[in-house]
Amino acid sequence: MSILGTRVVRTEDPLFLTRGAVYTDDLTDERLTGALHATFVRSTVAHAKVLSVDTEAAKQAPGVVAVYTAADLTDLPPLAPPFPFVAAEFVRQWLCTDTVRFVGDAIAVVLTEERYQGEDAAEQVVVDLDVLPAVVGTANAAKDETLLFPAAGTNVLAAFGEPAPADFFDGCDVVVEQAVVNQRVAPVPLETRATSAVWGEDGRVTVWCTNQGAQQAKGQIAEWLGLDAALVHLVTPDVGGGFGAKIGADPEYALIAHLAKLSGRPVRWTESRSENLTTMLHGRGQDQIVKIGGSRDGKVLAYSLVTDQDGGAYPRIGVVLPTLTMLMTPGTYAFPKVHAQARVLATNTTSIGAYRGAGRPEATAAVERALDMFAAEIGMDAVEVRRINLVPKFDEPHSTPTGATYDSGDYVAALDKALEASGYAELRAEQKLRRERGDIRQLGIGVSTYVEITGADNGAGTGEEAELEVHADGTATVLTGTSPHGQGHATTWAMLASDQLGIPVEKITVLHGDTDRIPKGGGTMGSRSLQQGGAAVHQAAVELVEIAKKRAAERLEANPDDLVVDLGTASLTVKGTPGVSVSFAELAAEEALLVQTTFTAAAATFPFGAHVVVVETDVESGKATVIRIVTVDDAGTIINPLLAEGQRHGGIAQGVAQALLEEVLYDSDGNPQTSTLADYPFISATELPSFELVDMATPTPMNPLGAKGIGEAGTIGSTPAVQSAVIDSVAHLGVRHVDMPATSMRVWKAVQAAQSASQTQNGSTN
Amino acid sequence: MQVSMTVNGQQRTDEVEPRMLLAHHLRDTLGLTATNIGCDSTSCGACTVIVDGLSVKSCTVLALQVEGSQVTTLEGLAGEDGELHPVQAAFQSEHGLQCGFCTSGMVMASVGVLAANPDPTDREVREGLEGNLCRCTGYHNIVRAVLKAAEAGPVAGQVPQSQEVSA
Repeated sequence: MSILGTRVVRTEDPLFLTRGAVYTDDLTDERLTGALHATFVRSTVAHAKVLSVDTEAAKQAPGVVAVYTAADLTDLPPLAPPFPFVAAEFVRQWLCTDTVRFVGDAIAVVLTEERYQGEDAAEQVVVDLDVLPAVVGTANAAKDETLLFPAAGTNVLAAFGEPAPADFFDGCDVVVEQAVVNQRVAPVPLETRATSAVWGEDGRVTVWCTNQGAQQAKGQIAEWLGLDAALVHLVTPDVGGGFGAKIGADPEYALIAHLAKLSGRPVRWTESRSENLTTMLHGRGQDQIVKIGGSRDGKVLAYSLVTDQDGGAYPRIGVVLPTLTMLMTPGTYAFPKVHAQARVLATNTTSIGAYRGAGRPEATAAVERALDMFAAEIGMDAVEVRRINLVPKFDEPHSTPTGATYDSGDYVAALDKALEASGYAELRAEQKLRRERGDIRQLGIGVSTYVEITGADNGAGTGEEAELEVHADGTATVLTGTSPHGQGHATTWAMLASDQLGIPVEKITVLHGDTDRIPKGGGTMGSRSLQQGGAAVHQAAVELVEIAKKRAAERLEANPDDLVVDLGTASLTVKGTPGVSVSFAELAAEEALLVQTTFTAAAATFPFGAHVVVVETDVESGKATVIRIVTVDDAGTIINPLLAEGQRHGGIAQGVAQALLEEVLYDSDGNPQTSTLADYPFISATELPSFELVDMATPTPMNPLGAKGIGEAGTIGSTPAVQSAVIDSVAHLGVRHVDMPATSMRVWKAVQAAQSASQTQNGSTN
Repeated sequence: MQVSMTVNGQQRTDEVEPRMLLAHHLRDTLGLTATNIGCDSTSCGACTVIVDGLSVKSCTVLALQVEGSQVTTLEGLAGEDGELHPVQAAFQSEHGLQCGFCTSGMVMASVGVLAANPDPTDREVREGLEGNLCRCTGYHNIVRAVLKAAEAGPVAGQVPQSQEVSA
């Protein structure tokens, strides 16, 4: 029996559970002996002219070795916007000399001998600011009254698509329109950003940093510093979560490397959580207008999604997020007409980047909300409306009006499985009973279906590298360009090699994240790793077996075609002559047994699923509690169900968090209101039930494993299901929509508003 | 100032700044980096260790405050022969960790939960771990791991130095 598809526990865990993983701040590399600690001096004002920065007092503070401002960085090339379609005027400075554009914008850096001395000294840096009006929210930004970058003449960082034609909804019996907020949230990996850097006598810099892909981070740092890429050696230690926010490098990492050069000492930086919550990229941040039209029998004829993406102060990955939202606008549905348009606006807030799902959850949340509202308007069960409009099962690629080509899918089956596992009919009956009784605790049932894109071209191409070597002692080493930070690649990649070679998983070492050893790699993001990096490991193992067969054939004087792998002994035997064999280890002892290969996926894949969420809402307080989450998440072939389930669990929780609790808030002056974990309502164990996962596997033809991505699916499916469930719990009181996060206050207000509206209505008819 | 404490069974005496947090003392002075720091507001619990039988967040205790105390960190939880503590073993078998950053604190807090309540329900585990945040697992497998560890009996709520532990 193949090891693939079995619940292999992680080989990473014994060290993680006894010694602890080694994150960037844990490094004890001898080259970092005597490293200085960096502390950033950051703006406490959202938008201001910088009049002066006085570092004299700080330089006299205990333990201070140096204080740097922009004046010290004249050797550094200026930073440029991250995408060519963004105007060159939308540019940030390494350290601000002219204007600060968000609370947290970097102004100076203090280097001290000890960690605590940095915070003391940073307080001694005197920054004189002339406060400007702050731009908070996309609606304010769109007015272009206050410009973040006056030279650009606008706050619009980018615009995509055209307005819908005037006749777009012609022929629809019913048209529903709703402004929907997909709020800004914080990724909050438990490990904050951290880096260390040291220059060698050979003129090369070694940078350790927490990231999701060493090769991409290295390329960015080299480019930003104006260095030949060969002069940068980047090492990724263990990484304490990323969720998209650690894709690539941040300018801080490059700056720390540069300051190690200027100071002539190794330098370390680990940000505090409040620094992280105000300066690490945030996610989502879309203000959407959804408009849906169709006939009263439930058929949707036209759907439009217009998005204003908050880009934050400086353009980062957030600038391209709405293009993914636009691509996935119709979701699982066969709408005849689909319109999508978006623009990205600069605001005096933290920049927006990728966060678990990155553009796709926003598309799913919008279309699911639209369908629910359409169903409510025509008085039909929302599940029925979905069933009527779902793309039927397809085996050949399905093209959408927004230009996506879905690889394989059976959305109706996913929906049916989720409904059956949840006992949907019984849930509706229970809901009816509670409504009739007028219970204080009402039941809400939310259903979502979703399809998303994974393994899309992230700029690095869809290719991924793998190297596999068998050693004479019977062990093997895998080198991968993917970059695990919790996903368990060390275990799964070992399974993929073991599946072909028979070498036990515990004898296979998987290495990643050192750009000197692994120069090429696309990293781990966009749910790409298994279908590209894993497929590369599989391909390497298949190729290695072929090489081994040729060599074994000579040694055993047999025809290579007659050789088969004996998985039990990790050897090649002659078919029908079990006694005649040679092990991979013996072949490796004769001559290096090694394969380097690149796997290139045919195209992106489109995992899909359906979620059913049940909430109980106290209609007097508005507090909704999630009591059940049933999910079908079809990611094609599953290699390790234990780890795939773990990905689903984490994803589901982050979706619930957005739907119910989490939101990054600023006041109207751009002051962060959620800059610690005491203020930001990070979801805890008490706010979640255990999850009910249902299996479904529709393989993709895009890679030999049949695997699609699983990292983000849970988030994409659960977010709209939870929101829908909360609204459903108070729908009988007249509530049609509640924006996320559906907090007690929001739900309570929605109930009050619906009831007073109904009283007014009753009053006018009496 | 000088501070003495027993850490994972070993007597330690070191010079520290009066304001040095126990978490930094463990990590920076003693090199015990399994204890992580995930926030600055006593919210995340990544730094949870056991001090004189209580699971505490070491970012909210000064090193000087534990003068003369017994401190157990993740590094001190397995048996001398390397045998995993029931909570450690259950976190592996139930896939209760992904990136690992919350794990040290989560494991130590779980020992505290089981010390106070050797046979908890799903809900009681969740309430016991409310002060420990995890971004990767959705808590599902952490809860399963704690329930699994409870099957080992009272030893799951004890640390090797045979201190009495309570939540």
